[in-house]
Amino acid sequence: MTIKIATTVKVGLFIPCYIDQFYPQVGIATLQLLQKLGCEVEYPQGQTCCGQPMANSGYEHLTHQCNSLFVHNFAAYDYIVGPSGSCVLHIKEHLHDPANEPAAAGIRERIYELTAFLTDVLKVTALPARFPHKVGLHQSCHGQRGLGLAQMSELVAAPFSKPEQLLRMVAGLELIDLDRKDECCGFGGTFCVTEEAVSVKMGKDRVADHVKHGVEIITGTDVSCLMHLEGILRRQHQPVKVMHIAEILNQQIHEQANH
Amino acid sequence: MNRPTTDHATLADKFNENEPRVNWHDETLWWVRAKRDRQAWSIPEWELLRETASQIKLNVLGNLHDYLTQFEQQALQNGAVVHWAADAAEHNRIVTDILQRHGVKRMVKSKSMLTEECHLNPHLEANGIDVIDTDLGERIVQLAKEPPSHIVLPCIHKKKEEIGELFHEHLGTPAGNADPQFLTAAARLHLRKEFLQSKAAITGVNFAVAETGEMVVCTNEGNADMGAHLADVHIACMGIEKIIPERKHLGVFLRLLARSATGQPITTYSSHFRKPAPGKELHIVIVDNGRSRQLGREDFRNSLKCIRCGACMNTCPVYRRSGGHSYHTAVAGPIGSILAPNLDMKDYADLPFASTLCGSCSNVCPVKIDIHQQLYKWRQVLVQEGHTSAAKTAGMKVMNAVLSKPGNFKKAGKMGRWVLRAFPGMVNNRFNPWYKQREMPAPPAQSFSEWYAQQQSTKK
Repeated sequence: MTIKIATTVKVGLFIPCYIDQFYPQVGIATLQLLQKLGCEVEYPQGQTCCGQPMANSGYEHLTHQCNSLFVHNFAAYDYIVGPSGSCVLHIKEHLHDPANEPAAAGIRERIYELTAFLTDVLKVTALPARFPHKVGLHQSCHGQRGLGLAQMSELVAAPFSKPEQLLRMVAGLELIDLDRKDECCGFGGTFCVTEEAVSVKMGKDRVADHVKHGVEIITGTDVSCLMHLEGILRRQHQPVKVMHIAEILNQQIHEQANH
Repeated sequence: MNRPTTDHATLADKFNENEPRVNWHDETLWWVRAKRDRQAWSIPEWELLRETASQIKLNVLGNLHDYLTQFEQQALQNGAVVHWAADAAEHNRIVTDILQRHGVKRMVKSKSMLTEECHLNPHLEANGIDVIDTDLGERIVQLAKEPPSHIVLPCIHKKKEEIGELFHEHLGTPAGNADPQFLTAAARLHLRKEFLQSKAAITGVNFAVAETGEMVVCTNEGNADMGAHLADVHIACMGIEKIIPERKHLGVFLRLLARSATGQPITTYSSHFRKPAPGKELHIVIVDNGRSRQLGREDFRNSLKCIRCGACMNTCPVYRRSGGHSYHTAVAGPIGSILAPNLDMKDYADLPFASTLCGSCSNVCPVKIDIHQQLYKWRQVLVQEGHTSAAKTAGMKVMNAVLSKPGNFKKAGKMGRWVLRAFPGMVNNRFNPWYKQREMPAPPAQSFSEWYAQQQSTKK
């Protein structure tokens, strides 16, 4: 099954630095998924980082080179899509380029986190994917509270969730309810090392919530949070694995059938 | 009071040495957050109420001078004495003078975070005046010689057994008795004696109504009323931001305050103090102590909307796992972390970094302060003002050099992954805080950009 969309959109693929270096499979899944859904995708070479690690540490003033590089790489695309709510949020809130502010403003408008791009732009209603596992969704804060990927438990407002909406299209996938559905995992950028004790404790508590409810795979829209949770899971020798949501949504039906 | 000199991360590290206790602290406060959620959902127009409260406070902050002078005029007409204090020292001096004029040697005080901020208790004690905190939680931490760890639940870090021990030592309750009802009854008897003997009472102020010159004090224990009504002299201490324009606005704030704070529909007592009883005195001390400076900082101005409900602390995943004392300031948690740097950037430079910027605080805030955005902005200010270590700045410059040039990034990435694969011990050691309790990610042989380039070249 392939899904056709009315007009071909030209997507610039934004692969954040740590995904590029440590989780290439997430970039590959994102690329394949977007192509499968009919997008014309290009990965501009020469990408580095959105600048968030510096900015969140109080050094936003150092990020102008990262910013102009980002503008240079992505100004030409209809849409810019990245598999990370946190990095996309940073670009949306902080990308500026004095040399070409209109281009920066355009990117801030046209950049999307992957799941929001799927639900809001491509308006995906079905996916050719099968993943027969118990999956727990980790709601990463910057995607959820920053980009509004899902309703926030603090607000008195109607529930919705873009990542959940997509996961429910995957055949065989069982989405597991958690005790605390949107508590932060404690990664927090440099917080994960500067506040090591609290960061790890937050991560251990998130992991415990998933384990308690029999989750086999923890998924989410941000690899940074998953990397942190994975580090804890592996240290604890837990059988639970982490996978970025793109990897699950990109699961082929026949691949699974062969297993 | 002890004032810890070390930073949040170090204090949080210490707090985390006892993991079962961290679990207990986290679950206790999460329970309060859940109660808050239930109360918020009981009001269909909750989000509208928050927005309304936020707008009323915006109006107050934009017209603070006028509302304050209106409040003063009304209060004077009501027969109160109004004092203005520029800072903590002046506030403490004014209060001490009033007490000394009346020959007060021992007096009662209900909850007031402002007097904590001004360190009034040690100041009065140094002047030979004993202060008895009458809020049960505050009395408990006072007996333990500790500062409050939470603005609404001052002794939330203490287990009932520890409170039983404190009461045994100080109030003579039987050893080993940790029954909350019994201990509360013992505290009640002890405090009643203090109330009856006290010539003067200090209270805080939750809301000061400009229209009428009256003050509203919210408690669950009625201790503000007991103190103020039995004493000859009532001293009410308030920050300049406590003003609301009209009495009708209480209909917004009183509905929000207790629901946000403890998940109650309303505090047990919402007491209005307007004029002194015949033959008695009512003093109102209006304190700036850095607030007008914060008002002048556009990015941080609306932190002054805070009504001290503590909801941001209860929801904060960091606060719940580091404890209030780790913030080493009178007002802990997310709100404290954006207020404290205004008081002293050097002493509190660590606090805006004690957050993952998850944003839950801003969502529960009943007056919609953009707390997590302000934490981010304080980080920028603190770095610009030089309140950061040279090592961190050097590290950031190296990071920037790598990330701002694609060539450098490629080389560093390749090198880094190779080191991780070939010599894992160089990274997986005790000097790496990531590795202490977490595994490093397994480094792949090929980065995404290398894979992509390979794909493109095979296509051609």
